[in-house]
Amino acid sequence: MLYNEPSPLEVKILTKRFTLPNSQSLDTYLANDGFKAFFKAIEMSPEQIIEELKISALRGRGGAGFPTGLKWSFVPRNSPKPKYVIVNADESEPGTCKDRLLMENDPHQLIEGILIGGRLVDAHKGFIYIRGEFRYLITMMDRAIEEAYKRGYLGKNIQGTGFDFDLYTHTGAGAYECGEETALLDSIEGKRGVPRMKPPFPAVVGAWQSPTLLSNVETFSAVPFIIRDGGAAFAALGTPKNGGTRMICLSGHINKPGVYELPVGFNLLRMIYEVGGGMRNGKKLKAVVPGGSSCPLLKAEECDIPMDFDTLAKIKSMLGSGGTVVLDEDTCMVKFAHRIMKFYAHESCGWCIPCREGTTWLRKMLERFHGGGGQTGDRELIGELSKNMLGRTFCALGDAAAMPTISIVEKWPEDFEAHLNGRACPYEHASEMAMQR
Amino acid sequence: MTFSPELETKFAKMLESYPPGRTRSAVIPMLMYAQDEVGCISHELIEEVARRCKVTPLQVNEVVGFYSMLHRKPLGKYHVQVCTNISCLLTGGEELYEQAQKKLGIGNKEVTADGQFSLEEVECMGACSWAPAIQINYDFHHNMTAEKLDKLIDGLRKAQ
Amino acid sequence: MSDVINLTIDGRAVTAAPGTLIINAAKQVGIEIPSFCYYDGLALQAACRMCLVEVDKTPKLQVACTLPIAEGMVVHTDSPLVREARKGMVEFLLTNHPLDCPVCDKGGECELQDMTFRYGAGESRFQEQKVHVEEQQWSPVVFFDAPRCILCYRCVRICDEGMGMNALGVINRGVHAEIAPNRFDHLECDECGMCIDICPVGALTSGMYRYKTRPWEMHHVGTICTHCSNGCKTTLGVRNNQIIRGNNRDHSGINGEFLCIKGRYAFDFVHSPERLQSPMVRKNGKLEPVSWSEALSTVARKFKEVKARGGKFGVIGSNHASNEENYYLQKFAREGLGTHNIDHHRTGDLPTLLDALSGKTEALATTADLYTRKAILVVASDLSQQHSFLAFQIRANYRHHGAHIYTVTPGPVREQHHAVNSIIAQPGGELAAVESLRDQLKAEAELVILFGDAIKGDAVRKLVAFGDSLGIPVRYVCLLDYSNSRGASDMGLAPNLGPGYQPVADAGLAYDEILAAKDLDVLWVVGANPLKRAAFGSEQAFVVVQEMFLTETAQRADVIFPAASAYEKNGTVTNVCGEVQRLKAGLQVMGTKSDLEIMGLLSKEMGVNIGMWSHEKIFEEIRGKVRGYNVPLSIVATGGAVQTTAVNGRVAGSVRPELIQSAGDTLFTSGSLGRYSKTLSSVVEAPGALYSDRRP
Ligand SMILES: Cc1cc2nc3c(=O)[nH]c(=O)nc-3n(C[C@H](O)[C@H](O)[C@H](O)COP(=O)(O)O)c2cc1C
Ligand code: SF4
Ligand code: FES
Repeated sequence: MLYNEPSPLEVKILTKRFTLPNSQSLDTYLANDGFKAFFKAIEMSPEQIIEELKISALRGRGGAGFPTGLKWSFVPRNSPKPKYVIVNADESEPGTCKDRLLMENDPHQLIEGILIGGRLVDAHKGFIYIRGEFRYLITMMDRAIEEAYKRGYLGKNIQGTGFDFDLYTHTGAGAYECGEETALLDSIEGKRGVPRMKPPFPAVVGAWQSPTLLSNVETFSAVPFIIRDGGAAFAALGTPKNGGTRMICLSGHINKPGVYELPVGFNLLRMIYEVGGGMRNGKKLKAVVPGGSSCPLLKAEECDIPMDFDTLAKIKSMLGSGGTVVLDEDTCMVKFAHRIMKFYAHESCGWCIPCREGTTWLRKMLERFHGGGGQTGDRELIGELSKNMLGRTFCALGDAAAMPTISIVEKWPEDFEAHLNGRACPYEHASEMAMQR
Repeated sequence: MTFSPELETKFAKMLESYPPGRTRSAVIPMLMYAQDEVGCISHELIEEVARRCKVTPLQVNEVVGFYSMLHRKPLGKYHVQVCTNISCLLTGGEELYEQAQKKLGIGNKEVTADGQFSLEEVECMGACSWAPAIQINYDFHHNMTAEKLDKLIDGLRKAQ
Repeated sequence: MSDVINLTIDGRAVTAAPGTLIINAAKQVGIEIPSFCYYDGLALQAACRMCLVEVDKTPKLQVACTLPIAEGMVVHTDSPLVREARKGMVEFLLTNHPLDCPVCDKGGECELQDMTFRYGAGESRFQEQKVHVEEQQWSPVVFFDAPRCILCYRCVRICDEGMGMNALGVINRGVHAEIAPNRFDHLECDECGMCIDICPVGALTSGMYRYKTRPWEMHHVGTICTHCSNGCKTTLGVRNNQIIRGNNRDHSGINGEFLCIKGRYAFDFVHSPERLQSPMVRKNGKLEPVSWSEALSTVARKFKEVKARGGKFGVIGSNHASNEENYYLQKFAREGLGTHNIDHHRTGDLPTLLDALSGKTEALATTADLYTRKAILVVASDLSQQHSFLAFQIRANYRHHGAHIYTVTPGPVREQHHAVNSIIAQPGGELAAVESLRDQLKAEAELVILFGDAIKGDAVRKLVAFGDSLGIPVRYVCLLDYSNSRGASDMGLAPNLGPGYQPVADAGLAYDEILAAKDLDVLWVVGANPLKRAAFGSEQAFVVVQEMFLTETAQRADVIFPAASAYEKNGTVTNVCGEVQRLKAGLQVMGTKSDLEIMGLLSKEMGVNIGMWSHEKIFEEIRGKVRGYNVPLSIVATGGAVQTTAVNGRVAGSVRPELIQSAGDTLFTSGSLGRYSKTLSSVVEAPGALYSDRRP
């Protein structure tokens, strides 16, 4: 089901069928181009599939934004070992709530994407790793999978093509770190969700020691369109090297929060003011989390930009996972920084020292600081400790905790000043107002 | 230990689904589904899952404390989970959480005397665009307000 | 790919083999890169981030403990950036570390202290609350103090990879992550204490040692463990004539970092209240404490009288006494008392093996071979229980070199978990089972065969014939029970074989015959407890016993001499692989004398001359007279180990297989000695059982 009104500005590729009656059913899917891409892929050579993906300029939707065609080409298709397809449906990056819509409203599009991935790397088993909180989705996905089996779109000799594929869901149990691809692999093997050393990369040594094609739900869901209508058609929707559309999750202080499918490279200000209906209560824009809590925040004046991977990289932030969180002038950046750090401290797997100890130390400092216990020098220390984590932790979670914090410390010193010498948070009334909405 | 016939069939299928000899992969799902049925993860359950998945109890115990949805103590019949992460924070998640504490008269990870409700402040649950959001057991409730929360809880109280 | 790689570390040219990790390449040229989680021989973790270094042309600092070197690589291990990073790591580590160093056992031996000293900051910038957790006791020997733990996972790895026990894991997440034992709140394991030894901080501490002393208040004596036959070096920490700790401080022994519960903790029998500390003589039926001179003259008189009238002596030597003592004892018996009625409890059929191997060289395996040889066959032994160091070597061999392991045992053993092929064979069926492995074994490049006491007499010859028929180099280990079982045999504690297995013209009575003889006049037992199992046939015999405790045998004695333990004497012992090592006295226990001194004083009292009784002199004689023992003194004298060369000549005289029987000790028993060790008897696993693979 849909939780917000669509926007006329959307370009509906992945969400094309969302508004159709029982869009989640196989019949609806088949009646609307369903599985055309799969049959096409069966006729194509792996090289041709990779080529289309490369042309499409599809980049990983999980956050890292690595070119999918290239990534999928790393899987040794001819390895004697069994190969696996794994879908990252852990969707736990704060600010992000898109993958669930893709699974909820068009599960067969995802299944078709998975089958094409399987056909590409000669895999015959796939797992969708769905975060434990999404139990209702696991049920829905299981139903869709069952339907596909019944109708011969999964299992042995799919639609007489001679291609076999088995697909299962696998539930997580509450751990953000399990979204990190190698931690996900340990988790699916029944272990603690602790990341693995890279190299070897999952493409070569992944699940159960075998080559593994691992991508995000949105990434897989984009594949059928690319194969059906061609990479060029997909690429054309976005900006150079940033093909297609993106599920943008608008949230925070805006009038029309929601998930919208927009072309990659869509202007951020237009997202907020045209798609998102502008700032709530006519407040001024203060900051934006461009693509999930891991991204360095943008100041209002930095926001007149096209939302694509390269532009955001240029201004030292990230497009991330499409979780665009909008903050208004009444937001206390110290409190916001504290909440982010509280999250990372809670989610740190504990494997490496800087992340384990650093996130907790920073959480405690920011809590004290926001509570009025701040001392001169604390702000600098917070920045310094974050930099002591940055690039030195085992996996990117440490970076994810450090980057937004550093950006806040550097871009909003005045908010820290305002808390010094036991002064209470000057923004305290802000969120109450939110409740009166 | 044995579980309901439905669960037993589910587990049988589950153990089949992973590659040969990889039954350890079933540990976490098994714990999750078993917990839903028996209420919490006891030592007995750990030993049982270890036996079924052919791993040591330690290997099972190791994961229990790692995943925040696995609980060693029983939760309330209704487990109220309030997200206070960024998007919810900006839209009143904290106040919602305070309201829940008042309404239920319990704090974080506590259970009401009658065992009906438990409360937990949780991290982002993937409902950011429809924040503030809460989950009661596995059910999502979007765009929450204090009033909606009270109604929900009163409704559940009556339901018994 | 070329076979060497050239790189630059801190401006110095370094060449190393491909695959070498930066941290080791640096070590080669004496550059130390700090690390906690990196541990030679264990799985890589990259968890502590102490070893970060700068590598030119890479954006981030690199992890020296996991990054292999590459041609032309330029590494900086001491740049300002690296120093600052390390400082940051130490600072992070200390945030939740209790800093209770003044009362911490590890104080002075703590890697975290050293790192803080070298790389840390002067003062802490951490002002927040530390995470606190209560200390836990996991077993009589293992305590865990979570806040001190830095999560380097060494303990987890040594227990899993090193011991094959996998009794330690990690629970919880983030700052609350903790090491945890396999049974929820306690440990059920080998109780080897390896986790404690390897812990760089004071998180894991030993029940025996905790809060007893500061490391620098002890003097450290490296000697050889007196329990099983593997001959591990254990370093005794001695303070005020008390052994406070056993460990392998400098890893200089053949056992490197390894010690089992016996080597590490079972030294405590030394201070048992039951220790005999005065000679005793039986007076009207009761054993009374007497002076040394009275005890000595009583025995000397009796010995002379019996010898004079050509009476019958029986002498039983020790599996624990030093080579010098056993050599001197048999010399005393043969030359001093004129009898060949001498023997010891035989725990394996070594003589037959030596005979079967006669003419072959390099046919006896060393403990090192077990780590390096490509294939290993274990026959009729629960190695992890009975020979835990040998098992450790084989496990490491499997881990590091992928050695092929084969087992033929009457029940499940831990070695099975790494084995290519394991056969459960009932007693008697071993050789058939071995035969069934022929094709697999033929395909191996080389092989070491270890066999237990079930393989004796003809079976040994058949086994060797089988080995010969494989057409590959085969080495053997005849498994024996105790710390000097091998020495006792080599030194000639046998009625038909003198030192170095020289045949004896007129063979005397064997072990069972001595005990059964109705007409025995004197039974002289030195460091053994034959009456624990066997009945004693002779009513009137005068029994002289040299012992540490009032054992079954001692209770029957007419005269008891209180003997010193191995930890209280100097000399040499020979382990199961024939490796000679030095015993070094760590302390003296009041009222006791070493068996050698007791025998020396006896000979003096009797007025017979068996030669000087200084252990150096006797070892000289052994090197000259005992075949295979002409080993380089320098190595032994400096605490090293040398394998004796095989006898390599026929070993005459029949062996009676029924005399050969292992006591079947487990990890938690140690013949008659075990029961006097509080530690061994207090662990929940005790007494343990063979062939019941206890892995959780
Ligand atoms: C701490 C952390 C959490 C992550 N969480 C998620 C997640 O919830 N979902 C996801 O798809 N990718 C997540 N990622 C990214 C994955 O590691 C991986 O890059 C991605 O799933 C690959 O798929 P893609 O190529 O389609 O983006 C996370 C990464 C990190 C470092
Ligand atoms: S207990 Fe010691 S060895 Fe084990 S992880 Fe902690 S610090 Fe490392
Ligand atoms: S921040 Fe609350 S659901 Fe995402």
